Amino acid sequence: MTSPEYTYPEGALAFPHRGLVGIAGLAPHEIWFLLDEAEQWVEMNRGAQKRRELLSGLTIINAFFENSTRTLLSFEIAGKRLGADVVNMAVANSSVKKGETLIDTAMTLNAMRADAIVIRHASSGAVALIAGKVDCPVLNAGDGQHEHPTQALLDALTIRQAKRAFNGLRVTICGDILHSRVARSNILCLASLGADVRVCAPPALMPADIEQMGVTVFHDFDAALKGADVVMMLRLQLERMEGQFIPSPREYRHLYGLTLDRLELAESNALVMHPGPMNRGIEIDSNVADHVERSMITTQVEMGVAIRMACLDVLTRKGRKLEGWA
Amino acid sequence: MSLHAPLTVTGGKLLLPDGTVQPGAIRCEGGFIAAVGADVTPQDGDTVHDARGALVAPGLVDVGVFAIDKPAFHFGGITRAALMPDQNPPLDVPARVRFAAQSGKPDFWVHPLAAATQGLEGKALAEIAMMRDAGARAVCTGRRWIGDSGTMLRLLQYTGMLGMVVIAHAEDAGIVGNAVATAGEMATRLGLPSAPAQAEAIAIARDIALAEMANAAIHFRNVTTAAGLDLVQAAKARGLKVTAGVSPAYFMLSDLSIGAFRTFTHLSPALRREADRQAVIAAVADGTIDIVASGHDPRGPEDKRLPFADSAPGMSGAETLLPLTLSLVRDGVIDMGRAFDLLAGNPARLLGVAAGRLAPGLEADIAVIETDRPWIVNSDKMAASAGNTPFDLQPVQGRVLALFKGGVVVRTKKGSR
Repeated sequence: MTSPEYTYPEGALAFPHRGLVGIAGLAPHEIWFLLDEAEQWVEMNRGAQKRRELLSGLTIINAFFENSTRTLLSFEIAGKRLGADVVNMAVANSSVKKGETLIDTAMTLNAMRADAIVIRHASSGAVALIAGKVDCPVLNAGDGQHEHPTQALLDALTIRQAKRAFNGLRVTICGDILHSRVARSNILCLASLGADVRVCAPPALMPADIEQMGVTVFHDFDAALKGADVVMMLRLQLERMEGQFIPSPREYRHLYGLTLDRLELAESNALVMHPGPMNRGIEIDSNVADHVERSMITTQVEMGVAIRMACLDVLTRKGRKLEGWA
Repeated sequence: MSLHAPLTVTGGKLLLPDGTVQPGAIRCEGGFIAAVGADVTPQDGDTVHDARGALVAPGLVDVGVFAIDKPAFHFGGITRAALMPDQNPPLDVPARVRFAAQSGKPDFWVHPLAAATQGLEGKALAEIAMMRDAGARAVCTGRRWIGDSGTMLRLLQYTGMLGMVVIAHAEDAGIVGNAVATAGEMATRLGLPSAPAQAEAIAIARDIALAEMANAAIHFRNVTTAAGLDLVQAAKARGLKVTAGVSPAYFMLSDLSIGAFRTFTHLSPALRREADRQAVIAAVADGTIDIVASGHDPRGPEDKRLPFADSAPGMSGAETLLPLTLSLVRDGVIDMGRAFDLLAGNPARLLGVAAGRLAPGLEADIAVIETDRPWIVNSDKMAASAGNTPFDLQPVQGRVLALFKGGVVVRTKKGSR
């Protein structure tokens, strides 16, 4: 599905970036281009033959300085389905954690002649720091509380498939906005595509001046849900619900849990999304998370692989000397 | 008794203690200023330095540096610096203070600041009187705020009795936590741990109340917010012994500068919003701020080539202190006399040292400055032990042509005489 909403130029001008460090800095038509590119992989992944030797001979390194299961797996599957050699470097629990060793690690990966490096790191800005030191494209798989661009893209693809257009679409993002890179990337992406983005959290979990990013701020979840077309719930770390930010998990659910009753406040065909992993019975009830018509949570995971395939394909085109991209 | 010949600096424009600038000469003998004025002439046997029309000003007195970095200080016209107690190990016992006090001689004077508490941990008082007698010129809480109000009150009562000023870092630690940026749009977009700027005013309000109870003198090393400056101004109006300082970064830069995660802009306190920057400029102009200091804290790549939140705060500031302050003179915010009150006169008074002005009887610390000379800050070519400056590649004006410590030349720029 190529939507007429945005057009983009031929060849490398469609996405003139070396890597994908964040949604910030992407033009709406560049986001659109990546979504369009991902559609073919959605199709292929649904078929029996799930592999195309597009990136055959290329080495992709997944360097995860912070624990991850689903994102790492998603990137690994994406690379393998495109025929690349994928190597996972799980450094979250090793001694290589931060400091000068971060740049040393990056230089080491660079010297091994990776064709793309996917990085997750616990510090905001860490991915940009590495991107400036290596020769190959760098993909941000989440840096601190800054950005998680592929998550925002897969969410946008999920929404686009269900809702077709973004203009005026009311999207409510609820949860720990302060500590969420998913929220930041989604705000940038959805606002850029013309959606009406609402964020909802208690004051202690709401970043200062977030309205400057083009969103409407709510503290009352019921008010934030009224008329929403999409409800995106964020995970709240359990340690933040034990008195530091929130008195208790059940009090959090009392104010901000997405229950079937609350979902009634949104539009009757509103989508329910969650980047996972979920705290069932806290920020989202099981009967909402598993709602056959409304919940998009497994679709998001499916779109994640397609989006990451599209990003790996597009970002390695220059290196593969593809016509119009070299 | 100095073994050096008397010095006369001729042909310059003298910055006199009353703040006026007049042509004339200055003659120094035995390390002290002997005569200043239009009618002063060199005597037989004097070393003569021709200032060739440049400004002849007192050497800068820099309150609150983190390292003794003589090449950078001499480049910047600084002849004395008050050394922060945050050394490794901290300046919390008399022996270390005594050693630090000697460490710059003969061409630079270090005035150690005694740690207020043992290990700078904010709990048990350090041996302040013994450190005073070992050469400490003031007491300092270090990089951190003393969180326990009872400890802070007892500290101020003690320093009040000893007649020493407490130099305080003013940020409520509970609010600041692990923040590396000021809460606002910039920190939100970058996803950096941030704290509201009000953390400063809350700390200042408490410390002013405690200083008043103790009838003690307190100096806030960096006051960087409008709310904090209002409190200082009100305290001064009530006649309390409260003074305030600031580093040029806070009147030159706002939090917009942290945009590209550039760790050279990671400072403590964090850079503030534009409205606060404007308030700092106004406070420099109206006298609320008494001292401009470099906060010199050279940091190499091992501390700075890191993700922003993992990097160490601080900037290498000694070389840019003078030109950035002179930019306020060029902008008409302050006049030249006030600039040197901020850079030399007031800091010397705070530390109780006989320097900071060109007056007979004071130590002959003299900087010859071409105030309009343009140059470009370059982090790769700095005199400092590390080039972590947020002003990299910025054009500035004002350069030290010659520097004298105790009437003896320590630096002359090539071709200046």
